[in-house]
Amino acid sequence: MEYKAPVEAYKGVVREVTIGKGDKVLKIGGENILPLHFFDEGSMPNPPKFALEVLDMEPTEKIPHLLEPFGNAISDPIQWAKKCETFGVDAICLTLLSTDPAEKDSPADQAAQLVKRMVSEIKKPLIVYGSGDEKKDAEVLPMVAQICAGENLLIGPVQKENFEVVGKAILENGHVAIAQSPLDINLLKELNVKLCKFLPPERVVIDPLSSALGYGIEYSFSLIERVKQIGIITKDSMTMMPIVANLGDECWKTKQAKENETQGLLWEGITALSLYLAGANLLILRHPETLKLIKETIGGNGRWPS
Amino acid sequence: MPISGSEIVKMLPGRKPCKDCGFPTCFAFAMKLATGGASLDKCPYLSPEVKAKLEDLLAPAIKLVTIGTGDNKVQVGNEEVIYRHEKTYIHPPGIGILVSDKEEERKADEKIKKVKELQFPWVGLILKAELLALQFESGNKDRYLSLVRKAAQSGLGLILISRDLDVLFAARDLCADQRPLLYPITKENLDQAIPRIKEKPTPLGVYGEGIEGLIPLTKKLKEAGVDELLLDPGSKNILDAIRDQTFIRRAALKQGFRPLGYPTIAFPCFMGKDGLKEILTASVFINKFASVIILSDFDQYTLLPLLVQRLNIYTDPRFPMAVEEKYYEIGTPDENSPVLITSNWALTYFIVSSAIEATKIPSYLCVKDTEGLGVLTGWAAGKFTGDSVGAMVKKSGIESKVKHKKIVIPGRVARIKGELEDALPGWEVVVGPREAAGIGAFLPEYAKSLRK
Ligand code: SF4
Repeated sequence: MEYKAPVEAYKGVVREVTIGKGDKVLKIGGENILPLHFFDEGSMPNPPKFALEVLDMEPTEKIPHLLEPFGNAISDPIQWAKKCETFGVDAICLTLLSTDPAEKDSPADQAAQLVKRMVSEIKKPLIVYGSGDEKKDAEVLPMVAQICAGENLLIGPVQKENFEVVGKAILENGHVAIAQSPLDINLLKELNVKLCKFLPPERVVIDPLSSALGYGIEYSFSLIERVKQIGIITKDSMTMMPIVANLGDECWKTKQAKENETQGLLWEGITALSLYLAGANLLILRHPETLKLIKETIGGNGRWPS
Repeated sequence: MPISGSEIVKMLPGRKPCKDCGFPTCFAFAMKLATGGASLDKCPYLSPEVKAKLEDLLAPAIKLVTIGTGDNKVQVGNEEVIYRHEKTYIHPPGIGILVSDKEEERKADEKIKKVKELQFPWVGLILKAELLALQFESGNKDRYLSLVRKAAQSGLGLILISRDLDVLFAARDLCADQRPLLYPITKENLDQAIPRIKEKPTPLGVYGEGIEGLIPLTKKLKEAGVDELLLDPGSKNILDAIRDQTFIRRAALKQGFRPLGYPTIAFPCFMGKDGLKEILTASVFINKFASVIILSDFDQYTLLPLLVQRLNIYTDPRFPMAVEEKYYEIGTPDENSPVLITSNWALTYFIVSSAIEATKIPSYLCVKDTEGLGVLTGWAAGKFTGDSVGAMVKKSGIESKVKHKKIVIPGRVARIKGELEDALPGWEVVVGPREAAGIGAFLPEYAKSLRK
């Protein structure tokens, strides 16, 4: 029996989604091969992208080795974001944590004004995450969408409880939605089906919820791997969206990341790299050093077949 | 590409069902063989040729290879899927440290000690590395052999690395009964090595320039009757490594291509990445099919993340991990400490116990067996009902540990409060936060109220 390289070719293509406008745009998705499978037939026009996360309030828990790279900038979200831009990010992710009723319950218009200022002051495309409280997000995110109309921001989480009001605001004001559902492929598809009744699928990105190493990463890993494969291999329209892995915060919440810097960087790094290999198109991290380490590890001596 | 029962039956003797194999018909026997539930030896009427052919056809697509012996043995191979969600990965990769005989003795001792002693308790398990890879670099045979002798005393699984065959086999002779892996067997040394290998067979690491370079080597070894092999396609960087590992796995499983039907060995230590990048490179190999992974060095902070990743990726997705039903002490609780209850899905337990730990408030955490389901799904499945939780609390003996009779239940199952109070006369059931994340805000106040 002769060896014939087991090259594969698939029929599905992940939709290419564009975020931002003018000279700050970011494209994600567009591939018809599995992650880094440059040996198969097809291509990955947009390598996975990385964003660093900024909070809209000073972190209450101060982990020295996580905050050190940003210095005093953490007291001002815009300065914090600008500092992130010096670390070679593809995008900034602003999390409106202060709006959470369990945090400061700060008002929607205040949050929206901050987003607007940030859009005008930073040079990279912006991702905006609400607090995750589905009721409060239903107030905050539509207002963000309106005040920043036309900026083509990536906005989420759009959940099954608030998809109508948040999704509609995203549609009417020209943004892209992050559809989030908790670690279940059927729920995820169901939400996409509902959203795509009024939102073009090119304006939807999937967030299947990312769990950290040691705290359920195997569920996120296999779910992302399956979503990607069902999209690319079986051409299922409702899973052919790019995938965002918002994992930084999950990792830095762990005891292991908090107690030691090296361990923290690896906790975030291994989580990110695993979800990257599973199929994430956009990864949101907290620590700039993790970003650097991952890029240099995958780099393959600077070779990136196009 | 497993062979089917109907293909096997064509090769069986077909004696009017003699039933000597213990099955009513040849066909029934064939079906059992195909699923691995019977042994060929049971049919006494197979010709040696047919038996050999069937043995080959029935062998697992990826050979099982064992390095080391006893408690420290590392068994790899026999994998059945490419992606873990298709079924499960089976044998987690062995992780080891590279020790060169050029290193100072003190440094070498320290590395051996690390593999032996760095152990981490994790959700009821002990995580550790298991292999020592000993590299001949000094040019001084005696020096190398004394390193091998010392390492062999540790009882750990050994990988002997030497391009000098004379040194390699001399080292093998020192520890052959411990089943060391010999590396590298290459196209240059293969012919010379085969007779020596056959003297005392041990597993081998075969090195080839790429996959095509490996195939003639494994074919030749197999013909010589040697087939406990690990493959090293010599990938130079991450992208090549993913290609090589994926092709080998696909060729073995999807094409049934025997010459590549072996587990693989990876050497992040030789891939020119330093520090944390080497660890991250190793983490790629954990995700991407490698069965033995050798690092140049590690410490407690770099090793634990890899061991946890290995555990997570090799967890069987069909069976959620569960922890034992009992009450757990977090910190050193006393008679006024809070008592909380949750389900026994390992992840739930882990997240809840970490959240409690973060508050630094010593507590008792009762864990109810829900067969590995989360709290809400456990309730829906009838395994976290008031009655069953009450019975568990009584049985656990927690009652004698605290003065108060108050138990905190997860907010998501607030509805069991009444039923649980009925099942636990005299107890007050407190509804806690819906998410573990809320424990930080809830527990300190609650603990204070218990001390009033
Ligand atoms: S012993 Fe052999 S010949 Fe007899 S029934 Fe079994 S398989 Fe058939």
